[in-house]
Amino acid sequence: MEFDVVIVGAGPAGLAAAIRLRQQAEQAGQDLSVCVLEKGSEVGAHILSGAVFAPRALDELLPDWRERGAPLNTAVSEDQFLLLTQGRALRLPTPPQMHNQGNYIISLGNLCRWLAEQAEALGVEVLPGFPAAEVLHDEQGAVKGVATADMGRNPDGSEGPRFEPGVELHARQTLFCEGCHGSLTKTLIDRFRLREGVGPQTYGLGIKEVWEVDPTRHRPGQVIHSVGWPLDTHTYGGGFLYHLEDNRVAVGFIVGLDYENPYLSPFEEMQRFKTHPAIRPVFEGGKRIAYGARALVEGGLQGLPKLSFPGGLLVGDTAGFLDVPRIKGSDNAMKSGITAAESVFNLLTSSAAEGIEASDFRRRLDNTWVIQELHRARNIRPGFRWGFWAGLAHAAVDTYVFRGRAPWTLRHQADHERLRPARDCQPIDYPRPDGNITFDRLSSVFLSNTHHEEGQPVHLKLRDLQRPALLNLPVYEGPEARYCPAGVYEYVETGDANALRLQINAQNCVHCKTCDIKDPGQNIDWVVPQGGDGPNYPGM
Amino acid sequence: MKVLVPVKRVVDYTVRVRPRSDGSDVDIANLKMSMNPFDEIAMEEAVRLREAGVATEVVAVSIGPAASQDTLRTALAFGADRALLLETEESLAPVVISRALAAVVGEESPDLVLMGKQAIDDDCNQTAQMLAARLGWGQGTFACRLEMGDGEVIVTREVDGGTRIVALKLPAVVSTDLRLNEPRYIKLPNIMKAKKKPLDRRPLDSLGVDTRSGIRMVSVAEPPARKPGVRVADVGELLDKLKNEAQVI
Ligand SMILES: Cc1cc2nc3c(=O)[nH]c(=O)nc-3n(C[C@H](O)[C@H](O)[C@H](O)COP(=O)(O)OP(=O)(O)OC[C@H]3O[C@@H](n4cnc5c(N)ncnc54)[C@H](O)[C@@H]3O)c2cc1C
Ligand SMILES: Cc1cc2nc3c(=O)[nH]c(=O)nc-3n(C[C@H](O)[C@H](O)[C@H](O)COP(=O)(O)OP(=O)(O)OC[C@H]3O[C@@H](n4cnc5c(N)ncnc54)[C@H](O)[C@@H]3O)c2cc1C
Ligand code: SF4
Repeated sequence: MEFDVVIVGAGPAGLAAAIRLRQQAEQAGQDLSVCVLEKGSEVGAHILSGAVFAPRALDELLPDWRERGAPLNTAVSEDQFLLLTQGRALRLPTPPQMHNQGNYIISLGNLCRWLAEQAEALGVEVLPGFPAAEVLHDEQGAVKGVATADMGRNPDGSEGPRFEPGVELHARQTLFCEGCHGSLTKTLIDRFRLREGVGPQTYGLGIKEVWEVDPTRHRPGQVIHSVGWPLDTHTYGGGFLYHLEDNRVAVGFIVGLDYENPYLSPFEEMQRFKTHPAIRPVFEGGKRIAYGARALVEGGLQGLPKLSFPGGLLVGDTAGFLDVPRIKGSDNAMKSGITAAESVFNLLTSSAAEGIEASDFRRRLDNTWVIQELHRARNIRPGFRWGFWAGLAHAAVDTYVFRGRAPWTLRHQADHERLRPARDCQPIDYPRPDGNITFDRLSSVFLSNTHHEEGQPVHLKLRDLQRPALLNLPVYEGPEARYCPAGVYEYVETGDANALRLQINAQNCVHCKTCDIKDPGQNIDWVVPQGGDGPNYPGM
Repeated sequence: MKVLVPVKRVVDYTVRVRPRSDGSDVDIANLKMSMNPFDEIAMEEAVRLREAGVATEVVAVSIGPAASQDTLRTALAFGADRALLLETEESLAPVVISRALAAVVGEESPDLVLMGKQAIDDDCNQTAQMLAARLGWGQGTFACRLEMGDGEVIVTREVDGGTRIVALKLPAVVSTDLRLNEPRYIKLPNIMKAKKKPLDRRPLDSLGVDTRSGIRMVSVAEPPARKPGVRVADVGELLDKLKNEAQVI
C-alpha cells in the first residue's frame, strides 16, 4: 500500500505529527495520505506516563481543545518536593523547573485516544494492532516505508495454519515515533550511523500504579515529587504521586538505569517507596487498580542522535526530547511531531523526488523551546553521576547560579556499562510484600492486562544463547531477573545439580524496553511481537 | 442464502474488570472493548460459507451504544457485506435482545442466524435459544461443526460427554462453541476496505420492541480475596499448622 507519509507509533509525537500534516494539507487544499501504525491493540493500550502535562504544544496544535473535550480534567493545584530519609520527609523548595502552574494531571493514554479521534476526523488512517516490524529500503538505501509484523508463525518461526504475512506500507517519508528506545529506531541508528560523534543515550525505568484511594485521602490536583530514600546515594531516581479525578492517584517510581549494583530491583524499590510514612497513608484503605512500566530517556541534549536520514525522521522520545529536571516529555514529543510535520510537508510539496532527506528538521527544532530548554538543562542529570548529594548541589548551582549557561557540557556513559560485578556489591534485602500496600511481581503484571498469544516466536531475541550462563549469571547474578518489572526473566534449575538456565516468560512482557537497554552484554534484542499483543493499559 | 450474525461489544478477554466503588455495576471506563470471542467464531464461519459460495450475503447486527460501530467495522473487516447498528445506551438482558433480534429477522429474512453461544461479559448463554423459540425455528447450540445440506444445516453439538449431531430445517438459529473454527487474523487492507462498506445506524426504538426485561441488577461485588500464603520453616511446622490452625488433618 502507498501513502505519502507513514507514521510508526500512535503516541503524542506520532499523533501530533499526523494531525499537523493533515491540517497543512487541508489549508493548502492538497491531498496528502497519512497513516499511523500502532503495535498496541488500541491507541493508548501501550502508553504509560506520569503524567503532569504542560498543554503548550496542544495549545498550538488544537487551540480549541477545551471545546472539543480533550481529557485534561484536573488542573495542578499544589506542588511539593520532598527529600525522603528512612522514616522522615523534608520539604525542599520546589525547583523552578518543577513548578506546575497551568499544567494538568492526566492519563496520557486517554489523551492519545482523544488525539487519535481528532486525527481520524481529519482523514488520517489510524491502524492499531499493526506493529511495524521491519524498515524497507530502496536500492539507494533510503527508507521507503515499513512492513507490518507477520501473524500466526509457530515458535520456531515456521508458518502456522492461520499464517498471515505482514504488509508493506510504502511512503515518501516515514516518521519513526516509537517512544523511548524504539526497536526500528535501533536498526536505523546502526544503519545510518546516527550516533556518530554523539554520546550514548541514557535511560531510566519508570514503574507506575494507579490507585483508587479512600475519598478522605484524596487531594485532586496535588503533585508530589520525592528524592532520596529508598535509593542509596549512588543511584539516581525518585518517586511521584499525582492526585487525579475520581479518587484516583497515580504513584510511580523512576530509577536511573545507570545504577551500578546488580542486586538492585527497581520493582522492589517502587514497592518500598510506598511504605514511607509520608507516602503510605494515601494508600491505606485504597485499592490498586492498574500497574505498568516503561523506560524513559534521560540523555537530554547530549543523548540526541542525528534526527534525519534519506526517507525519514526520528521524532519524539525515540530520538529523546524528554526534559529530565522538568520530568516532561509529552509536550516536547508533541512539539517535535508538529515541527517534523512542517518540515516534511514543506519537503513533499516542494519536491517530487523519492528518498530525500528532511535535513532542516533539526534546524527548525533548534529554534523552538524544545532544544533551547534541553540546552539549559543539559548538565543537571549527568551531575548525579557523582552521587546524590554532589548531584543535588551541582543541580542547584547550575540552576540558580549559571541558569543553565555553564561554559561546559558534561558527558554520559552508556547504562549497560555502568553495572558492576556482583562480587563488588552488597546484596539488597527487600521486605516481603504485605498484599495491601506492597505486592509481588506476578500479581502486579496481572493488572497490566498484558497478553501475548501463545505459540508465537519469543519476541526477546538472545544474540548468543550461551551468554546468560557465561556472563549474566556468574558475573552479575542474573540482573535481568531483578530489573525486568514483569518477571519475564527467570533463572530456573536444570536437571543438573547446580546449573541454572535462563527462562524467558515472554507472555508477561509489558514492552518497557529495559532489557534491551541494560543487559550488560547487550545480548537482548526486543522485537515487536504479533499485532495487538502486549499490555492493555486502562488509561495510564 | 443470507446469513445474519449478531455481534456484541464486550470488555476484551485479556482485561481484568472490577466493580465500581458504589457496587452499582462493573466499571468499564477506559477499558479495551472487543467483539465477543464467540461472535468472532460465528463471523468466521459465516465468512467461510460466503467464500465457499454457499452464502450470498452476510449481515452483521449489533445492539448497543454508538461505540459498537467499532465492533461492526471489525465484522466488516472479517468479510461481512454490510452492518446494522441498533443504538441504545441501555445494557439489555438476553430476553430483550432476543426480542430485538426477532424483529431484525422479520426485516431481513435471513436463512440462517449464526451467533455466539454466550457473551463473555454476562455469560448468560440464553439469547440464541430465546431467539429460536420466538421465531419458532430449529436451534443448534454449542456447534463445533457445521455442514450445509439441501434446505437444511447439519450441526455437530458439544454436549456433556461427547458430541451430538442434529439436522435443522432452514431457516434456523445456530450458536457457536470454541472448537468450531479459529478466527482468521484480519488483514490490514481489509480494515481499510471495511471503512467504506455500508453501516446503517438506527435507534433501537425504531424497531418498536418492548425493552423491559423484568430483571433488576441489585449490586456487583468482587469474590472474597484469597488470604496471602505464609512460609513455614519445616515439615513439622507445616503439620502443626495444618492440624491446629487450619484443622484440616
Ligand atoms: C513513568 C513515566 C512518567 C512520566 N511522566 C511524565 C510527566 O509527568 N509529564 C510528561 O510530560 N512526560 C512524562 N513522561 C514522559 C512521556 O511519557 C514521554 O515523553 C512521551 O510519552 C513520549 O511520547 P512519544 O510519542 O515519543 O512516545 P510514546 O508515548 O512512548 O508512544 C510511542 C507509541 O509508539 C508505539 N510503537 C512503538 N514501536 C512501535 C512499532 N515498531 N510499531 C508500531 N507501534 C510502535 C507504542 O506502542 C506507543 O504507543 C513520563 C514517562 C514515564 C515512563
Ligand atoms: C473467551 C474464552 C472463553 C472460554 N470459554 C470456555 C468454556 O466455556 N469452556 C471451556 O472448557 N473452556 C473455555 N475456555 C478455554 C479455557 O479458559 C482455557 O482453555 C483454560 O483456562 C486453559 O487452562 P490452563 O490451565 O491451561 O491455563 P490457564 O487458564 O492459563 O491457567 C490456569 C491457572 O494456572 C495458573 N498458572 C498459570 N501458570 C502458572 C505458573 N507458572 N505457576 C503457577 N500457576 C500458574 C494461573 O494463575 C491460573 O489460575 C475459554 C477461553 C476463552 C479465551
Ligand atoms: S522483557 Fe524486557 S521489555 Fe519486557 S517487561 Fe521485561 S524488561 Fe521490559
